[in-house]
Amino acid sequence: MNSKLGTQVAHLAGRSVMRTLRQPAALIFPLAFPMILLAVNAAGLDSAASIPGFPADSYLDFALAVPFMQGALFSAMNAGQDIARDIETGFLSRLSLTPVRGIALLTGQLAGAVAVGAAQAVVYLLVGLIAGVTVQAGIAGALLILVFAMLFCLGFGSLGAFMALRTGSGEAVQGLFPLLFVLLFLSSAFLPRDLIEADWFRTIAGANPVSYLIEAVRSLIVSGWDPETLALGMAITLGIIALALGAASLALQTRLERT
Amino acid sequence: MASEGGITTDALVREFKGGIRAVDGIDLRVEPGEIYGFLGPNGAGKSTTVLMLTTLLPPTSGRATVAGHDVARDGPKVRASIGAALQDVALDPLLTGREHLRLQAALQGLARDERPRRSAALLDRVGLAEAADRKVGGYSGGMKRRLDLALALIHGPRILFLDEPTTGLDVQSRTALWDEVRRLARDEGVTVFLTTQYLEEADVLADHVGIIDGGRIVAEGTPAALKAEIGDARIEVMPADAADAGLVARTLERFGAPCNGTPGSVSVRLPESDGALTDVVRALDTEGVAVSDFQVHTPTLDDVFLTKTGRSLEGAGTERGTEPAPA
Repeated sequence: MNSKLGTQVAHLAGRSVMRTLRQPAALIFPLAFPMILLAVNAAGLDSAASIPGFPADSYLDFALAVPFMQGALFSAMNAGQDIARDIETGFLSRLSLTPVRGIALLTGQLAGAVAVGAAQAVVYLLVGLIAGVTVQAGIAGALLILVFAMLFCLGFGSLGAFMALRTGSGEAVQGLFPLLFVLLFLSSAFLPRDLIEADWFRTIAGANPVSYLIEAVRSLIVSGWDPETLALGMAITLGIIALALGAASLALQTRLERT
Repeated sequence: MASEGGITTDALVREFKGGIRAVDGIDLRVEPGEIYGFLGPNGAGKSTTVLMLTTLLPPTSGRATVAGHDVARDGPKVRASIGAALQDVALDPLLTGREHLRLQAALQGLARDERPRRSAALLDRVGLAEAADRKVGGYSGGMKRRLDLALALIHGPRILFLDEPTTGLDVQSRTALWDEVRRLARDEGVTVFLTTQYLEEADVLADHVGIIDGGRIVAEGTPAALKAEIGDARIEVMPADAADAGLVARTLERFGAPCNGTPGSVSVRLPESDGALTDVVRALDTEGVAVSDFQVHTPTLDDVFLTKTGRSLEGAGTERGTEPAPA
């Protein structure tokens, strides 16, 4: 990345972070909602940990991977809605009149979303550690969890950006949120895949890429270093990023008609 | 090739979905350093023209150059030469005025130490120094327009596009913006391409005016020349006693040709208004006519529009609606 492009990305990312910091709702919900859900599940479903074959000693250990995914879903919303708002208000046209490169517009916004996502992930991890979770993969494993969380934010943030650039509508981006949440609930977020009794649910969870993202993070928390699970999770994460970022870049080209 | 600080278009066309031609073959020539008023009702094609000239919308056909660069082929060079305040005041309500300027300065490639200096100077110039660190969401409409103008000027462009810059502003804000536009053209030699639906704005500000309707230029020239083209001043006299109407008519006919006016009044067109008005008043006094109303109507740009299109500019846009969405 040359220095000019770097400057453009840095300023646009700074603006994205600033916007988030100045909207309490954009900060509080991604922090509070996953933590509340984690507390409720850990208290209500702890007996699940005694099911034979359950991979963790406590349900809290098992469920701590989920907030990192939920945080990424909020990133998708925030990145998408910020871009949609820029389209609706004409701010994107203002930016288009500068020498800023299209790739900087997109990566600047996403870098901001990833930065906020990283800060959220640190909070999730700290809350987990304070509540008594031990990351079996150690400090390096904890750092890898943060890397996964940031990559999740990049991938799902790109999806939100794609939706915004394709439709130009904040409402359309909001419509994405329930769909992504359904994906989360139809994954192995709340039970290991081999313990899901309903065949249809187990089949869907097996085909749902979100399961593998959560399982990669979970493996670091509950079982240490599991190269196969981590490699699969990373490959799917990078695949989602490539697809979503590619689609968002194409949508940006179409959106920016400038000559 | 157009001169470096000017704008030219040749048969410029933009067609939208459904074959609607928002801009239908316009030819323009804007000289460097002048203020060009692009006047027309809503939906006439003004904003579409601006979007094409600022490289944000590719032309369907025809050619346009801005600052000597082709808008279709040399978009980046055009953008480096221009500043633009588009119709929507595109600001981020969560950022302050100063943050807007610094972001814009960075994206325009200004040197790091130049950014705060240039931002402060522009905030001062547009009267926003005190409000510079307040979030834009709390600005008034006039303040937003002024910030918009400052943003368009951050990189010292040679050509400035202002798309309906005073729409919705109060008289005070409008006058302040006019003063700044005049100063830019006079003191800094900035070429200003300004669209407006306000006759007064075009009349007061513009060196040259182009009147657009239905995507076509219907008249072009200096405001004075356009008005002179359509006729002379008209005087209208209302006698205090209706029985004097004949006498008034005979008196006025010595000065010009009769024409239509308000019922009950007598109207004539004056070939030359300089000095004639005094003679008219003296003549009426000599005839001993009591007058209840005496009006002088000089031609306006609305009269020009009326003559060229058969409609008045005031409210003409409601017949056409707004410009269509891009295809």
